[in-house]
Amino acid sequence: MSARAEIFANVRHALAVSGNEAPRRRSVEDRLRHAPQGVIPARGQGDAAARLALFRDEAERVSADVTELESAQQIPAAIATFLHDRNLPARLRCGSDPYLAALSWEATGLHVEKGRADPSDLVCVSHAFAGVAETGTLVLTSGGDNPTTLNFLPDTHIVVLNAADIVGDYEAAWQKLRMVYGKGLMPRTVNFITGPSRSADIGHSLLLGAHGPRTLHILVVNEGA
Amino acid sequence: MTASPTSAQFVLNAHQAFEDEQLQKALHLTREGFVANRAAAAARLPEFEALRDSARDIKAHTLGLLDLYLEAYEKKVIEAGGTVHWARTGEEANSIIIEICKRHGAKTVTKGKSMVAEETGLNDALAAQGISPVETDLGEYLIQLRHEMPSHIIAPAVHLTRDQIEADFRRNHADLPPERDLTEPTALLAEARGVLREKFLAADVGITGANFLVAETGTSIIVTNEGNGDLTQILPPVHIVLTSIEKVVPTLEDVSQILRVLARSATGQDISVYTTFSTGPRRPGDPDGPEEYHVVLLDNGRSSMLGTDFADMLRCIRCGACLNHCPVYQAVGGHAYGWVYPGPMGAVLTPSLIGIDKSAPLPNASTFCGACESVCPVRIPLPKLMRHWRERQTERGLAPQAQRWGLGLWGFFARRPDLYRLATRIAMPLLAWLGRSEGRFSRLPLANGWTATRDFPAPQGDTFQAQWRKRTKTAAAHGDGE
Repeated sequence: MSARAEIFANVRHALAVSGNEAPRRRSVEDRLRHAPQGVIPARGQGDAAARLALFRDEAERVSADVTELESAQQIPAAIATFLHDRNLPARLRCGSDPYLAALSWEATGLHVEKGRADPSDLVCVSHAFAGVAETGTLVLTSGGDNPTTLNFLPDTHIVVLNAADIVGDYEAAWQKLRMVYGKGLMPRTVNFITGPSRSADIGHSLLLGAHGPRTLHILVVNEGA
Repeated sequence: MTASPTSAQFVLNAHQAFEDEQLQKALHLTREGFVANRAAAAARLPEFEALRDSARDIKAHTLGLLDLYLEAYEKKVIEAGGTVHWARTGEEANSIIIEICKRHGAKTVTKGKSMVAEETGLNDALAAQGISPVETDLGEYLIQLRHEMPSHIIAPAVHLTRDQIEADFRRNHADLPPERDLTEPTALLAEARGVLREKFLAADVGITGANFLVAETGTSIIVTNEGNGDLTQILPPVHIVLTSIEKVVPTLEDVSQILRVLARSATGQDISVYTTFSTGPRRPGDPDGPEEYHVVLLDNGRSSMLGTDFADMLRCIRCGACLNHCPVYQAVGGHAYGWVYPGPMGAVLTPSLIGIDKSAPLPNASTFCGACESVCPVRIPLPKLMRHWRERQTERGLAPQAQRWGLGLWGFFARRPDLYRLATRIAMPLLAWLGRSEGRFSRLPLANGWTATRDFPAPQGDTFQAQWRKRTKTAAAHGDGE
């Protein structure tokens, strides 16, 4: 008997599954189809302004920097200033995200490279799929627009988030994702990112910047404000 | 690095742990942090207790339909272009992984933290085939340098002090300048980051575990703070997920419920820094990610826990809260438990996985204070399950001779109430008289295990039953019937 067959036989035997599996199968199909929601924390359930305020508080609580901008056109200048203030070179890497590509980077003197991250990249810029207010979490999806390596290889990760994409809770982020990818389908990678990388494995103290970015800078574009 | 279990000599291990000054120092530094952080995180979320119920119910629902959810999960992985492998034992899982590595001519593999890989002894199996495994979680890297097992399921190197880590780095990173300053923990962190970055870029295969599998989408999930698991799985051309069959949950909604209790129970964070959902290999047009995606699903005794007293243990989400709150774990650390899983969850799980004959002392390594159950995010009745193991030990004659003899003697009297009352009526006043000067005994025959570390209080004279009768009579005389 194959390992697979034997494991399934053991599971069914242990669960004392009888011949009639129809009610069990129905139970599984129902749950997978309807994906019932459980307990949703009240704290993320405010209006758009409350969600933005909560997102900001929660992200800052876990050591992310958050800057609010009134329009997308301010993004290149905001990044140029940020890099200058931190003494970082005026170069960055991003994917082919159309929202970022439409910005006028030339005026800022920033050197922008496209594609997946290279180990030598110090700064990468991504466009988030969503933000989750309840814990200040960014949701990023893989693909040519925003390659996953941008999220982990650089020292500094800058993430652009539209205020309109901030949802209250994880469940709302999944709903948003299903609208784009379809029910039961996912991009290769979905990253929930909450603050910069950290570790408590050395000397029992929490230190920022373990393997991933030491700095997580979030630019929230709030065009409705 | 998995050695053969030493769980059977827990008592000896525990004594050595008490003598180990570095270990006691490290345990002392950790003790309050975990407990206070969890309490603060739970207090900050009014829905926390309701979410614990929800998490428990989701896991219980899934386990009752495990065969069907595994089928659904497997189907979705295949649709996404991934491959699912099934392993009855740790050896089978290791062989599957070695075969994949060899097919790709792998020389080095990077590894994210995986307790299942500790369980199968994957590192030794890879090394025996000439493939170098590199642990990339900082804690796992530290213990790999020392050829030790993890002492905690989420903080594997929690038993090490900063001084020990510096010494290990100086010994192992011999190509770095010996005069470098490693006083600050940040310097140690930066050094590890630099050394491991090279390993990430050179790896031929990346191996991670999985905290959860989602049947709805065929997704595997890892939860980390460092980002090492992500670098492990997105840089090499092959990603292998090694995990076990009970990790599956139905939907993204379901896993969201459980994520809300996982990090809060573990480290006191609201959510870990990186929660990563992986579905199949790189897609057309993706500039990064692995070209092959394999999932190895291990049983290793889990299927036979279903439908038994120990099925509740399969709900465990490996947060470590039961370890952090256990007075025994706090006193002796994780290595004393002698195998991969320490603390209360280990005391229940280890006998299921390696046999109670090889781990007999573990269900007794408990004060039965109940702290573990009170903090378990999926409400596993750990003390009850330890009691079940004790019953089985007694049934199978594995309990120590003196304990069985003592229980037998007590049982003889307990089943004969008149004799019991007579015996206690004689013994109690006698003990009271013998201990009258101090009110306690500093030595007692047959009980030196107790009196070696604390006094035994002398009885006050009357037996409990005699006092109870007297009280009932007095109450009846006063007519209040209470």
